[in-house]
Amino acid sequence: MLSRVADSLFWLGRYTERAENYARFIDVNFNLSLDLPPGIKEQWDPLIQATAGKEQFIELFGTETTRPDAIFFLAFDERNPNAVVNSIKYARENARIVRENIPRETWEVLNDLYYYVQRAQEKKIWEKEDPKGCFKHIKSQLQLLNGIANDNIPRTQGWYFSKLGQFLERADKTSRILDVKYHFLLPSVDDVGSPLDFLHWVALLKSVSGFNAYRRMYGKIKPVAIVDYLVLNRYFPRSIMFCLTNVEDCLHEISESKRGYSNAAEKAIGNLRADIEFADVNDIFKMGLHEYLDDLQTKLNDISNHIYDQYFKIQPNFAQQLQTQE
Amino acid sequence: MLFDNYPTQQHFDEMFDEQGNCRSNYSELRKKLNKYSEKKLVQLQHSTDKAQKSMGMTFNVYHDNQGIEKILHLDLIPRIIKGSEWKAIDEGLQQRIEAINLFIDDIYNGQKILKDKIVPKEMILSSSDYLEPCVGLKPPKGIWCHITGSDIVRDAKGEFYVLEDNLRCPSGVSYMLENREIIKQAFPQLFASLGVRPVSGYAGSLLNMLQFMSDKENPTVAVLTPGIFNSAYFEHSYLAQQMGAELVTGQDLIVENKKVYMQTTKGLQQVDSIYRRIDDKFIDPLTFNPDSMLGVPGLFEAYKAGNVAIANAPGTGVADDKAVYTYVPDIIKYYLDQDPIIQNVPTYKCSQEDDLKYVIENIADLVVKETNAAGGYGMLIGPKATKEEHDKFKKLVKANPRNYIAQPTLSLSTVPTLTDEGFAPRHVDLRPYALYGESIEIIPGALTRVALVKDSLVVNSSQGGGSKDTWVLFD
Repeated sequence: MLSRVADSLFWLGRYTERAENYARFIDVNFNLSLDLPPGIKEQWDPLIQATAGKEQFIELFGTETTRPDAIFFLAFDERNPNAVVNSIKYARENARIVRENIPRETWEVLNDLYYYVQRAQEKKIWEKEDPKGCFKHIKSQLQLLNGIANDNIPRTQGWYFSKLGQFLERADKTSRILDVKYHFLLPSVDDVGSPLDFLHWVALLKSVSGFNAYRRMYGKIKPVAIVDYLVLNRYFPRSIMFCLTNVEDCLHEISESKRGYSNAAEKAIGNLRADIEFADVNDIFKMGLHEYLDDLQTKLNDISNHIYDQYFKIQPNFAQQLQTQE
Repeated sequence: MLFDNYPTQQHFDEMFDEQGNCRSNYSELRKKLNKYSEKKLVQLQHSTDKAQKSMGMTFNVYHDNQGIEKILHLDLIPRIIKGSEWKAIDEGLQQRIEAINLFIDDIYNGQKILKDKIVPKEMILSSSDYLEPCVGLKPPKGIWCHITGSDIVRDAKGEFYVLEDNLRCPSGVSYMLENREIIKQAFPQLFASLGVRPVSGYAGSLLNMLQFMSDKENPTVAVLTPGIFNSAYFEHSYLAQQMGAELVTGQDLIVENKKVYMQTTKGLQQVDSIYRRIDDKFIDPLTFNPDSMLGVPGLFEAYKAGNVAIANAPGTGVADDKAVYTYVPDIIKYYLDQDPIIQNVPTYKCSQEDDLKYVIENIADLVVKETNAAGGYGMLIGPKATKEEHDKFKKLVKANPRNYIAQPTLSLSTVPTLTDEGFAPRHVDLRPYALYGESIEIIPGALTRVALVKDSLVVNSSQGGGSKDTWVLFD
């Protein structure tokens, strides 16, 4: 497979996953705001913080975080490189680059979704009283893309490159969703363990479609158990452990090597996966949840860089003209 | 009835004769359309638009450095060609392409036709499309122009004429194929009852041709595109997809030891046959334009060494020049000793004194074209232009006669087209596609371009043109 095509498939996987997760982020807060007791205000700031957009947000909108500004920024503001509108645009661009490598339906669904998001942007959906439906649609179309891919794409290199991008992105985003909780402010220290605290955790689980499965596996809502579920659990498809196992598998499918490692990317993912596989939840809290997640995000970035060096970097036959992606 | 107000006119209309009677090739369609309300037709047109947008059948137009994706409007009403009419087009194009191929080969190997003074030597050697590095070149299997998309028009009497031979990566074939898919959805029953010849074999024929160029058992084929910012990118990716070939940009390829390789996730993989959608002068900065960022350094050397096939062959453009066009009837006579089956549009060569005089005196009645421009640019339509424009072109032509030809204004034929005022006649041309591999194959279909503006004769997509599906009937 062409290095350039592999690169685009990888980013196609990343951008669609990113868009879906941003739609989920926004969902966390909608879920939450519906259940809040009177007198408690919605908080949008934690989302901005967890998605690493705080600095840019203050620059553009000031220090107060209103709901329309936050939704606009996370979903429709083209100045925010990670906004849904940009992720969908970049996903479509990458799909266009590799159209000959993907099913026709994948292209058509993504293309229609692109126009849908463009229209939502024109209609200024963030100013509407209830923009939830828009995000629900975005999420469901992205899920449809996964379904089409799952049943249509042969399990050759291309498949593993896009899955590789998807699971790396998902691991990062699950860590960020969990981090949102760190940024949620409780009125006072006494509120830890209060119904409000409990509400935050439930909203979080719902945003990753993991509430019911959590109940079955763990029962009571307990922060320690939720962290175990979202980081260490090997069965839940959005847990960090699950994602990393898949990243590792994809890399081995691509290099056709079985055990150990055959390149720097495989070595780095093997180490990280083993760290998590043999950690328990106390190790995480010992380090501090926020610090632990921060460290994890840095390591995921390193792995992404190794993958680039190994598979996507091409010898410039003359002056480079490739767009760079982040 | 939908066609009650359809005017009969001085032009040749593909659907109605001068008395307003429906021609036999359109009678089935007419019966079908008569059962539809205007509302239903608008709905059908709407689903057609939507299908195009979903498919991303777009071309890029650049304005203020901003790329805008545009849809080439597809009109619902097909252009239908009788089997008997098609036979002449098929044979005429085969003859033309065979002769042009011999001509290009001669120009780069011996120049017999120039020595015999059939075609003026000066005209060829001064052409910017005559490529010195190609002298002495022997392309694989002796084929230069593998892919052709000639533009054909029909005059008031219903005669077909070749307007241009497009030998330089002609675009539009993806529209021929996708238009068919979309219009099939609109009129599914008609296809079986009318006997419309399929076009779906094109991608298979193209792949066969590209593989035929190489002597390898199972050659690797690639489509070379300038990239996603090119206006025809949709077509490049579409053709690669349909053939199951790799779509590559210049930066994916690298030349080592006069062999061309793709850079893959598993290292270098050799490429044997390239369908390039990049102009001659950009394919290799070492041989041609040194500023080209699109091509592959060393590609031409690899080609000369016989390690890779390129379609169309570099240098082919020399025959695709409006000044050379005027000599094609002589070229056919010279190499094949035959009379042309499809005629040229009568053309005045400004490089010849008598013709130049006539053109200057009659500029208001003529269409004047730059010999080297494409896409409807650099063109004057005399009867539709102002006095100032006439004067401007007179100056241009006098200053550089070699760069201009002129033709009488042709009244292009019309086909009913759905407009805001219901069905109205709109002018069309016809671009069939030919492949030259083991034999010369003319695909039984075409891109029909239509000037959507009333009375306009300009069908180019960049200037308000749309397209129609083209049905070639079995008989």
